[in-house]
Amino acid sequence: MLAIRNLSIAFPGAAGPVRVVDDVSVEVGRGESLGIVGESGSGKSMLSLAAIGLLPRTARTSGEILLEGQDILRMGERALCGLRGRRIGMIFQEPMTALNPAMTAGQQIAEGIRLHRRVGRAEARAEALRLLDRVRIPDPARRIDSYPHEMSGGQRQRVGIAIALALEPDLLIADEPTTALDVTVQKEILDILDELVADLGLSLILISHDLGVIARSTDRTLVLCRGRAVEQGATAAVLRHPTAQYTRDLIAALPRRARAGLGEGPPLAAGGGAR
Amino acid sequence: MTAPLLSIENLTRDYALRGRGGATRTLRAVDDVSLAVEAGSVFAVVGESGCGKSTLARIVMALDRPTSGTVRLGGDDLFALSPTALARKRRDFQMVFQDPYGSLNPRHSVGRIVAEPLCLLDDAPRGRDRQALIARALEEVGLPGSAAARYPHEFSGGQRQRIAIARALITRPKLVVADEAVSALDLSIQAQILRLILGLRDRHGLTVLFITHNLGVVDEIADRVGVMQAGRLVETGTVREVLDHPREDYTRKLLAAEPTLAVLAQRERRAWRAGPLASCD
Repeated sequence: MLAIRNLSIAFPGAAGPVRVVDDVSVEVGRGESLGIVGESGSGKSMLSLAAIGLLPRTARTSGEILLEGQDILRMGERALCGLRGRRIGMIFQEPMTALNPAMTAGQQIAEGIRLHRRVGRAEARAEALRLLDRVRIPDPARRIDSYPHEMSGGQRQRVGIAIALALEPDLLIADEPTTALDVTVQKEILDILDELVADLGLSLILISHDLGVIARSTDRTLVLCRGRAVEQGATAAVLRHPTAQYTRDLIAALPRRARAGLGEGPPLAAGGGAR
Repeated sequence: MTAPLLSIENLTRDYALRGRGGATRTLRAVDDVSLAVEAGSVFAVVGESGCGKSTLARIVMALDRPTSGTVRLGGDDLFALSPTALARKRRDFQMVFQDPYGSLNPRHSVGRIVAEPLCLLDDAPRGRDRQALIARALEEVGLPGSAAARYPHEFSGGQRQRIAIARALITRPKLVVADEAVSALDLSIQAQILRLILGLRDRHGLTVLFITHNLGVVDEIADRVGVMQAGRLVETGTVREVLDHPREDYTRKLLAAEPTLAVLAQRERRAWRAGPLASCD
């Protein structure tokens, strides 16, 4: 579905270019979920912005990002517009800032539909209603006319997912989609994402700093540290038998409760590192 | 049993909300909360957004007044004190905030930031003694004394939170209220800050009221925990009682929603169960 090959991203800095992503290669298959995990400054968000052609203008890139053979890094703005939303949907961390405060939920969902498809207003609204139901927003017939400030954080993120789903993309990129949410709401949102992968066969790139989130919702995991891919593989294998010291340190830094029940694997205390 | 350092009794805080057309309704942010914190222990208040845990913290810090109920610190009822007496009392309780970027004035040197609460002391040291005190406060939280001459932007989030802790401790308070003090930090840094707080408790017999939404953090740091929901303290007990044998449905729901690595084993069992069935088709 999506193949990133030897991707490097650098920004001009006072003392020469600063590399924020350094020679990263990773793939995500159809119907597969890839977790990208790392701490702040690891380059995980830059990687996802690159995949949707949204890097800041000053970024210098090398390598390639192939979406079914086509290199996103070499696409013009026009081609990228056709790709964003329609092939790749994006879900952001902060649903309050990602949504337009002056438009109702229904208008924002319908906007994308009508930009890309020749459908009437009524049809787009019916589609928006169906999508709100799909993301299990309570009382969708009422919520469709609500503004973002009238909704809770969880409801806003559901609208964010509905917008991303509106154009029936093949790949969803979710950048810390639940970080700003309460745990019980986080669970509901992750359940929806899991369902989209399982039922609709969507591919998912889930970016998170939370290993618990990565563990429950992804098939494969890429661990990033200061822009470098330190480890990747099946999620269970990476978390149970980490080969990189950095991954071991990340696991060791988890609160005991989050680590408990990891089952077999190396003794965590032996990981040393941060704890 | 010694008398608790902090004791909160039947604390309620109502806010008047103005709705459309001038109609007012009352939001009860904190609803009849009672709790006691032993000296030298860490009491965690855990709950989701809007449960009233930050309002509770603000009232304990006397940054807001209760609608009814009392807050006693070392026997004194905070809201029965005269303004002068309360100002004098403030050296005994200090706060660490969530956002290590927003809570430090970017235009002040670290030394000035850390020394700020000294204005609460009549006998605050001056000159060289003051500089030495600031340096010691910084060293105590694992920063070099020379950090005093630098500015907040030169420090990482974890280092800034250390600065905030040094500031909270400089008056040698009896109680520190930490409101989501590690929530904005990367995990490895979070673990370091939690260890730092526990170390300070052990060295100085510090009492901590720790406000958080994270049960994993509660397990790491607290002796006792209270679970808050919609303004009410629905369950209180030792960490082991509440996390290992929760009595309330809401506590169980919170515990079940927490993402942990235990989910790996569950996923494998599910896949194993699904396996043989799928091949029968």
